[in-house]
Amino acid sequence: MKKVYINSAVTISAQDTFESDGFLNAVKKLSGKTVAARYPNYKDYIAPANLRRMAEAVKMGVTAASKALKDAKITQPDAIITGTGMGCIDDTEKFLNAIISNDEQFLTPTSFIQSTHNTVGAQIALGLECKAYNNTYSHASVSFEWALIDAQLRLQQEESENVLVGGYEELGKEIITYRRMMEDVDGLGIQVPFGEGASFFVVSSEKTEHSVELIEIGVYSTISTESIQDSLKQFLAKNDLDLSDIDVFVSGRNGDGFDIYYDLTAELFENITQLQYKHLSGEFYTASAFGLWTAYSILSRQEIPEAIIFKGEIKSDSHIILLYNQFKGRDHSFILLKR
Amino acid sequence: MADLRQELKEKIIEQLNLEEFTVADIADDDALFGDGLGLDSIDALELIVMLDKDYGIQLTDPKEGKEIFKSIAILADYITDNRAK
Repeated sequence: MKKVYINSAVTISAQDTFESDGFLNAVKKLSGKTVAARYPNYKDYIAPANLRRMAEAVKMGVTAASKALKDAKITQPDAIITGTGMGCIDDTEKFLNAIISNDEQFLTPTSFIQSTHNTVGAQIALGLECKAYNNTYSHASVSFEWALIDAQLRLQQEESENVLVGGYEELGKEIITYRRMMEDVDGLGIQVPFGEGASFFVVSSEKTEHSVELIEIGVYSTISTESIQDSLKQFLAKNDLDLSDIDVFVSGRNGDGFDIYYDLTAELFENITQLQYKHLSGEFYTASAFGLWTAYSILSRQEIPEAIIFKGEIKSDSHIILLYNQFKGRDHSFILLKR
Repeated sequence: MADLRQELKEKIIEQLNLEEFTVADIADDDALFGDGLGLDSIDALELIVMLDKDYGIQLTDPKEGKEIFKSIAILADYITDNRAK
């Protein structure tokens, strides 16, 4: 089976991650209920005629994808695979509200057409005139992970050589705000703002100068707190690794009551560097793609920014990173990277 | 008629997100599709919905739209002759 390498990683996030060459050097402290991404100058990447119809998720997705391809020196990927939990929620809200206000008489075509979850993958393909495999996964907080697994399988089974894979989410105007309000009902809700963003990667079967190897991805719908440590150990053992092989542990802590899962897994990694990232990205269904961008950047640059340290000291070099994410005690994912 | 033409220009700019245009940029006889404003088939769908919703005109023959949407002047004439509201 062929190995899988991440050859480029690009993210548009609440931080200055797209246009800056630095790596989370000057971070913005996030506050409030929701936080928007820092939008780049889209006109550098998308023709104005196309831009006028695009909602934020489409603009972020197409732009991040375009830069990821450019960074990997790829003009035509063999597959385009996206993951999103909420899809193009802004256009969904628009056409549903229009149906209500027009007494179900008139459907606004543009927002209806662009409300589907696969709009971003489709717009990337249209822009590239790419007729290759194109798929979108929507499985709540493991949407991006399923997209990544699809990319991994295509490369391992030699169905593709270069796959563009990404995760995206947008805030929209209403539904996410209502969802955020639910978090504040008791004191156990998510403690970081709800966010948005787009992270895209070129994964390939060919290694390049900046490659980071994607060893394995594991997705689990449910794991109890009693069995999370064993599940993690089994995942590592399946990949011929032991706890002591891990140099850096990155968790998707968001401050809610389910951080107990991260506390339990962190107990296994007392002597290594432990990192977190959602205080910088905000929480959203594909925030783990921002986590992957962070881990890729650590390995390719051999640099750990102070802003993401949760516990432990920065070691001089890092070779294997384990990422762990879950949402509300469900949809757990482990991702292993190596350089 | 001048008021209707002005109204149509404002609606087209707003509903089709033509952020690069102002009302003054659109002449009454400018082509809406192709080399003019550069509208496309999705915009045509939006215009058909607008005719129905705002003026009570239901276009049943798609070929009809090709003539009606040639320019603001032609569209305004058609609305004046056929509007139900």
